Amino acid sequence: MTEKKKTTKKKAVKKAAPKVKKAPAKPKKKEAKVEKKEVKEKEAEVVEEKEEFTEDYEGRHTYKKVKSIVFGFLSPKIIKKMASAKIVTPELYDKEGYPVDGGLMDIRLGVIDPGLKCKTCGAKLKECPGHFGYIELARPIIHVKLSPLILDMLRSTCRECGKILIPPDKIGKYVEVLNDVEKEKGIEERRKKIKEIISSIKTVNKCPHCKSRQQKIKLEKPTTFLENEKRITPIEVRTRLEKVPDEDCEVFGLNTKFMRPEWGVLTILLIPPVTIRPSITLESGERSEDDLTHKLGDIVRINQRLFENINAGAPEIIIEDLWDLLQYHITTFFDNNIAQLPPARHRSGQPLKTLSERIKSKEGRIRHNLAGKRTNFSARTVISPDPMLKLNEVGIPMEIAMKLSVPETVNDWNIKHLKKFLENGPDKYPGANYIIRPDGKKKKITDETKEQLLDELKPSYIVERHIMDGDISLFNRQPSLHRMSMMCHRAKVLPHKTLRLNPAVCNPYNADFDGDEMNLHIPQSEEARAEAEILMEVQTQLISPRYGLSVMGCVQDAISGNYILTKSLELSREEAADLLISVGITDFSKLPKKKMMQGKEIFSMLLPEDFDFFEKAKNEGEEDIVIKKGQLISGVMDKSNLGAGSGLLLRNIHKRYGADRALIILGKMFQLGIKVLLRTGFSAGISDTDLPKDAKEKIESILAKAEEGVRELINMYNKGELEAFPGRSIQETLELKILEMLNKARNNSGLIVSEHLNQESHTMIMAKSGARGNALNLAQMAACVGQQAMRGKRISKGYRDRTLPFFKKNDLSSEARGFIRAGFKSGLNPYEFFFMGITGRDSLMDTALRTPKSGYLYRRLANALQDLKIEYDETVRDASRKIIQFKYGEDNIDVSKSENGIINVQRIIDTLR
Amino acid sequence: MDKLFKEYNEKLPANIITSLKEKMPKNISSANVKKIFELTLKEYETSKVEAGECVGLVAAESIGEPSTQMTLNTFHFAGVSEMNITTGLPRIIEILDARKKISTPMMEIYLKPPYSKGKDIKKIAQSIKETTLKDMTKEFLINIAELSIEVVLDPKSTKEFGVTDTVVSKTLQKSIKGYSIRKSGDNKITLKAKGKDVSLNEIYKTKEKIKGVYLKGIKGITQVLPIKRENEFMIITAGTNLKDILKLDKVDQTRTITNDIFEIYNVFGIEAARQSIIGEVYKVIENQGLNVDIRHIMLVADTMSVTGMIRGISRYGVVSGKASVLARASFETPLKHIIEASLTGEIDNLSSVVENVMLNQPVPVGTGLPGLITKVK
Repeated sequence: MTEKKKTTKKKAVKKAAPKVKKAPAKPKKKEAKVEKKEVKEKEAEVVEEKEEFTEDYEGRHTYKKVKSIVFGFLSPKIIKKMASAKIVTPELYDKEGYPVDGGLMDIRLGVIDPGLKCKTCGAKLKECPGHFGYIELARPIIHVKLSPLILDMLRSTCRECGKILIPPDKIGKYVEVLNDVEKEKGIEERRKKIKEIISSIKTVNKCPHCKSRQQKIKLEKPTTFLENEKRITPIEVRTRLEKVPDEDCEVFGLNTKFMRPEWGVLTILLIPPVTIRPSITLESGERSEDDLTHKLGDIVRINQRLFENINAGAPEIIIEDLWDLLQYHITTFFDNNIAQLPPARHRSGQPLKTLSERIKSKEGRIRHNLAGKRTNFSARTVISPDPMLKLNEVGIPMEIAMKLSVPETVNDWNIKHLKKFLENGPDKYPGANYIIRPDGKKKKITDETKEQLLDELKPSYIVERHIMDGDISLFNRQPSLHRMSMMCHRAKVLPHKTLRLNPAVCNPYNADFDGDEMNLHIPQSEEARAEAEILMEVQTQLISPRYGLSVMGCVQDAISGNYILTKSLELSREEAADLLISVGITDFSKLPKKKMMQGKEIFSMLLPEDFDFFEKAKNEGEEDIVIKKGQLISGVMDKSNLGAGSGLLLRNIHKRYGADRALIILGKMFQLGIKVLLRTGFSAGISDTDLPKDAKEKIESILAKAEEGVRELINMYNKGELEAFPGRSIQETLELKILEMLNKARNNSGLIVSEHLNQESHTMIMAKSGARGNALNLAQMAACVGQQAMRGKRISKGYRDRTLPFFKKNDLSSEARGFIRAGFKSGLNPYEFFFMGITGRDSLMDTALRTPKSGYLYRRLANALQDLKIEYDETVRDASRKIIQFKYGEDNIDVSKSENGIINVQRIIDTLR
Repeated sequence: MDKLFKEYNEKLPANIITSLKEKMPKNISSANVKKIFELTLKEYETSKVEAGECVGLVAAESIGEPSTQMTLNTFHFAGVSEMNITTGLPRIIEILDARKKISTPMMEIYLKPPYSKGKDIKKIAQSIKETTLKDMTKEFLINIAELSIEVVLDPKSTKEFGVTDTVVSKTLQKSIKGYSIRKSGDNKITLKAKGKDVSLNEIYKTKEKIKGVYLKGIKGITQVLPIKRENEFMIITAGTNLKDILKLDKVDQTRTITNDIFEIYNVFGIEAARQSIIGEVYKVIENQGLNVDIRHIMLVADTMSVTGMIRGISRYGVVSGKASVLARASFETPLKHIIEASLTGEIDNLSSVVENVMLNQPVPVGTGLPGLITKVK
């Protein structure tokens, strides 16, 4: 695994934070020098954490375990020092299949076979972290990743004296400028400035120090250097770089403590431990080596051959060929994706994955393993709706509840309770799967071990019991674009095999039930559970931080139901009581004492008694919503009040009565809507879109007129009488005019449709309440589908000069360019059907192309903004404590605590009236 | 009452004060006024952001999540005769990338009174448009034998633009070298190559070149469209040149605007550019029928402009300015960042989010920020 070259190493300097009070102030400067790979680095750190953790129990507090990480290259000296083996032979195993000493699988480099012990640290498989080795290169090799740096150095230092080509008196000034730039604008700007300086001095052809003439140096990518078209060998390169004094290196931005230019020409190569390149044993018993091992094998083999040839005094040309070959192998060992080189391949022809490929890209070490983590105690299945659940509950199938577990520590008070789980064992429902002894040993509960474990159980043991109702769990659906995509729900163990949720929480998850799957996690520690409950539970997420309104609300039937109820329903007292009981309201003292009950009065039963609310009607002809003292006096509940992301009703309830109560009220409203529909019956039919005869005729004439108009326009165009709009061609003008005319016709027929359709029909109720569908959908069903547009224009492509073979060439008429005159009810004719197909596909493409684009935008935004936070002084700052905003959003208001982004002054004033 | 306003001016943000002023009922007892102020202040205090709140990520979510629902449909017709402008996701990407060349530059030019009522509107519009030789020429003829180009002007359009053939030949003389230029009759101009061995190819190239010779109007404005918006006449243009447009007397400098953020940056500076980023992003989001609070957009605009220059939300912009090596490496081009960091011996202080995720440590944001120190006996 690992990354960079032998040389690029990172050292992790660990110090326990010295400034934190009482911290273990021994700045142990452990130069745990982890090699190339980060993963390694990580492993080292994890070990570290464990040690310090035990110290924690002695009453000290460790604020942070790793304080900082220093990046640097490993010098040849350090490599030799840290390596535990010198690799001299390309062979891997001897005849018995035992790793060869001095081979690439040498057990001094760590062990990957069960049973063997590491010769360096004595630990067994999985305990030994692995150790580095090295090989001595017969001839120096240029490090690919450093060849641009080497080029810069060669060009801007003297070939004789090694000093930088800046007159001695000016060097100080350059350094000053660089330091200033860094102080002001950061290290990136400094790098840019350095590049500028280098390109300005590479043309100097006389050394200001020793007056020797400079030659033109070129880099033939990737690793060959030419001086006046003649090749400079890596040996020569190295000697020149060695001459560069430390002070001059600093002008290039090198910190000579971590990097000397000559280390860019390798003389010894660090071999990564076997543990990062384990071999796999195939079923046939054959061993399959890791890509890195293959590559290293090539390197060692060629290196040995080069040694032999040099010692045998072989002709220069053979040596040079071998040298180049070694250069190629080492180059591809670091990076197998270099433009100028053919990638090294397996016998099967598939390119090897070498160091760079392991780190880079989405599947690489950094994004896949370091920035992304995996977890246990999780479940995933299909979801289905269950409106009887509370909003903050999730239905968990029994089977899952018996696989996942919650650890509970045994104490004197719960030991009896926990023993019951133990008795039940893993197969009987409220049971337990494992117990953990105080020494950390995990024991599986089986019929055999049960008795013994029961006797053994005592305080400080941990029982991993099954999930039970009320346990805390995290529920998530991908893509997790929101913080509301992962919320905390209470478990509710249910029969059957799907995860269940209340349909009202579909909105934040953007879930539906056409086969969606969701994930469930069970937090295992007390801290995790506390955070989940306080920060992530459904009610705490009710108000979206995006716009300050409720993200959850009634959907579909719940909206239709409340709409019917509050609009016109009248129920007898008995029916009303029955309805309310089914929603869970049992206190009828508020219910008016009369025989017949208005729907509004029933709805009001859900509202708190002292709730006042006023919202102006959105459209003319509708009533204002007025709630006084918990009574809905006027107004009809529809999507704009009850739906997600709209209306202030839910927001106001939340503000006045708090999140928990708002969630309960919302849940009841939802139930009420459904129960109303259950009692009144609700179904839509094709006859809902029947139009009276005169309406049909009207629509017919509107469409006919529009088509006639289009024909006229085309005539005018053909005669050249059409006048172009400014800045448009005549064709464009024609198109625009036709489009306008047809859209107008469709809209007008839509109006007629909404006027003449039966207002009481259920389809209409759904459209009016906003539960599903809209006036346009209705018009499309009843009257006319309308113009099919692609990219904002009429359909114009397909066959030569025409859209479909149904039409004559160059036919510009409305029907030949995608105007669908029929409605869905009457049915489309073939060419209309094809036009629909065309636009349908176009919109599919649009979605498919948009997803990755917006995903990338989101990733960039998240990456750029992720470390901005509010400081205690109310400023917004980034990780380096630079101020981004002095006051968040110019007024310091948290959007999720506001009402749609503002503080509602009107409401405050009204309360005093 | 005024006293109270003054007193609370310090304590409440300006936008709340204004809405209080607006909404305050006329006949109300002063005790109640005081109470309103107290209640408002109380509500404001409870609505403040808490320290440690990870506002950046919330802003990213708030823009990233709805962007999945935006259309890719690049163009948008705001009514029949208006122009196409890029909207939707492509426009947002363009703005946040801080592209120097945007795909549909556009200006909205407001005019000063007599003209805003419609006086001479067509003429003004016409005079703003960049006019090149091509726009007023009937044809270009190449005479192969004489190696010359003949430009035949269109008398109709020369009149319309108010340009004479003399002016044209003078401009040509200025901008084309190596040719002798003379008027060869009415509305005809001939260009003859001076050198002898000029190839036909070169003549042809010259012909293409003189087509684009600038004659009149304002450079960069390729299309003009006078429209009436809310009882006021104004001009919409394709192509922008803020600096030159603002020099015109008839233009209302206080309202005229372009959608090119870099142009605003160059003419008015960083604060104006920031405002323009906010405005442009908000316009797109609103237009798509989405609801995103402006504070999120402000935060993005502020991160883009903190340094005094406009930086895009990209590998070369905002992300490259991060202090942490690992944070940069986890975004894009990890190798480059790790190598550069190793050369300089850079230190990563693990002060932001990703690095700590990598190391399995608490992240210094939100509940990870405060430390609790207890003594266990």
